Amino acid sequence: MSTIPNSIPIFADENWRLPSRGRVGMFSLIIGESAIFTIFVVAYIYYIGRSTYGPTPQILDVPWFNTACLLSSSIAIVLAERAIERGRLRAFAAWWGLTILLGIIFLAGTAIEWKRLIYADGLSIRTNLFGTTFYSLVGLHATHVVVGLLMLSLVMIFTLLGRVEQRHTERIQVLALYWHFVDAVWVVVFTVVYMLGR
Amino acid sequence: MADQTFPIPATVDVSRSRGAALLEWLHSWVITVDHKKLGILYIVYALFFLLVAGAEAVAIRIQLAIPHNHFLSPELYNEFFTMHGTTMVFLVGMTIIFGFGNYLVPLMIGARDMAFPRLNAFSFWMSAFGGLLLYFSFIGGFGLYGMGSAPDVSWWAYAPLTAKAFSPGHNTDYWAFSLIVMGFGTLGAAINTLATAFSMRCRGMTLLRMPLFVWLMVVTSGLTLITITPLTAAQVMLIIDRYLGGHFFDTQAGGSATVWMHFFWIFGHPEVYVLILPAFGIASEVIPVFSRKAIFGYPAMVAASVGIAFVSLSVWAHHMFTIGMTSVSNAFFALSTMMVGIPTGIKIFNWIATMWGGRIRFATPMLFCTAFLFQFLCAGLTGIMLAAAPWNWQLHNSYFVIAHFHYTLTGSFVFCFFAAIYYWFPKITGLMLSEKFGKWHFWLFFIGFHMTFDTMHFLGILGMPRSIYTYEPDRGWNTLNMIVSVGGIIQAVAVLILVWNIVDAFRHGPLAGNDPWDAWTLEWSTPSPPPAYNFETEPVVRSRRPLWDIKHPNDPDWKYER
Repeated sequence: MSTIPNSIPIFADENWRLPSRGRVGMFSLIIGESAIFTIFVVAYIYYIGRSTYGPTPQILDVPWFNTACLLSSSIAIVLAERAIERGRLRAFAAWWGLTILLGIIFLAGTAIEWKRLIYADGLSIRTNLFGTTFYSLVGLHATHVVVGLLMLSLVMIFTLLGRVEQRHTERIQVLALYWHFVDAVWVVVFTVVYMLGR
Repeated sequence: MADQTFPIPATVDVSRSRGAALLEWLHSWVITVDHKKLGILYIVYALFFLLVAGAEAVAIRIQLAIPHNHFLSPELYNEFFTMHGTTMVFLVGMTIIFGFGNYLVPLMIGARDMAFPRLNAFSFWMSAFGGLLLYFSFIGGFGLYGMGSAPDVSWWAYAPLTAKAFSPGHNTDYWAFSLIVMGFGTLGAAINTLATAFSMRCRGMTLLRMPLFVWLMVVTSGLTLITITPLTAAQVMLIIDRYLGGHFFDTQAGGSATVWMHFFWIFGHPEVYVLILPAFGIASEVIPVFSRKAIFGYPAMVAASVGIAFVSLSVWAHHMFTIGMTSVSNAFFALSTMMVGIPTGIKIFNWIATMWGGRIRFATPMLFCTAFLFQFLCAGLTGIMLAAAPWNWQLHNSYFVIAHFHYTLTGSFVFCFFAAIYYWFPKITGLMLSEKFGKWHFWLFFIGFHMTFDTMHFLGILGMPRSIYTYEPDRGWNTLNMIVSVGGIIQAVAVLILVWNIVDAFRHGPLAGNDPWDAWTLEWSTPSPPPAYNFETEPVVRSRRPLWDIKHPNDPDWKYER
């Protein structure tokens, strides 16, 4: 048993750079979430046309406006990221607020769509297999939008209280990654549910 | 502001009672965000449930020791084998890998904590709460049989048995909800491990200088991200079916029971690799140290680990050969399963090559790792046998399958984690475990293991199906079942020796010192147990064996490694 010095001698290595832990963590979360969505999307595709009774996907209307709102919120959040990177806090607050607004419009649109499906077309989650897969897949995405909006709103509150500064850029960008993921998932859900599956 | 120090008046300690001190000590464990304390919590939690699930296994084996036995009721038997499987996989396996991961990954890469300490605490308490919820089922609510509502649908919970019509009461709900809760805990732990290994390494600790245990934790965490989440998704579907009247697995409405099987095994098969990869990591740390040689073929070991992770994602349907898939699917899953043998073969040869010509010390950790090598080889060979679809048709759901996967999970996973306990206990507590008790533990467990699981292969070939409550005396299974049960009890005694060894070490174990095994990774450069900040100064490494470099300044590793 040789004795060991308590500390280890230092060698100079000035070019030691590591990836940001926030980004690595968020990318890991996104990979995990993608697997959840994959399972639900696979279930949706597998069960298309297998309902033995009740309404079919033909009753769906393509939510063009909703989709446009959600996708443009990604542009708004990119502009917000750029604004805070350059320290323009008022512009950041404006673009961030617009992102939240577009997200809320998307959720409201989903609510209106679901109200029509439930009351006019009589499609609920227990009506038939299509109802089960549709509401669970679109609902899973809507849940992610809600979680995203809660986090975006938290940042908005801190912004309005004047607590968000340029040095928080990286945290803002990590959060924005999540929002981009929610948007990207919508592209998949939209294609599967409203384009291919109808 | 935890690192601020305040002047404490000397009177405080005098006036405090022992009860208050105990409360404060317990409180410090509840609020802790220190990776070492959380790692210890994970490990203690896993060991506790190892005893619980082990007791369940012993009860199952007493029930099966003789034909027409009535030691357990049929209902309780179903609950016990379900809970044994669920507990061993989720409460013992998943927690102990993240326990050692939590404790060792920051120390091995020269970091002061995990990347997200509070997420770390959250992950542990989610897992702990999930376990509590699972075991609350024994006393909470009223089940189908009015005698506790522990899950009784077996750990793979095939549809349509889990449908509301066939599984009334809350047994299945406890199972699904507790696994969802634990799933979030595991997801958090995996994210944290990845972020720590990629973003918190000390200077000079390049990816290809990381200790193999860290590498295997990285691969395991990456695999966890994409395997635990499908389980969570499938559980959500099950909950939707049971509570909201959905039709995912409702064959009357066009749903499919086979889809549950696919979703479950998309999780279930990579899950066994999630468990076994950290065990490989432990073997890759212990075998070189006790052979006094650097690990043979480090890059090949890393590549093989990543390879196993990728191959493991495409093999799940080998659990489903008997449901009647197309011959193309059968061929695909048989071949992809056999491919797992290539990277695992590389690893086994590398471990043997590490031992080859080394000065081997058979201390307890090395004994467990040596047995692991042999048993893992056997497990792999029966795995290849079961991967052949026709052989599988014959032996599916028989005791041969039970024997095969207990060879991997007990013979490999548990053996490696016993090695880990003996190897890192001195670091974690500063005290040595007794070698005498350790040898008793090893030999009894080894003998019990082989009595139980070698014999199970024969029972399977003789046609004994798994999960049966009892059997007729004229099947020719009586003697073999008795041997299996006696082996199970010997293993239980061996585990109790481990518990006694740990208790005894706390009473009068010799002090370990910083580096009792003369090892080479960074955790051994800290005092035992390590201080809250781990390293006084951030270490700088230049090779895969930083402590070798310090101990042998005339012959450091970095002269030879590129």
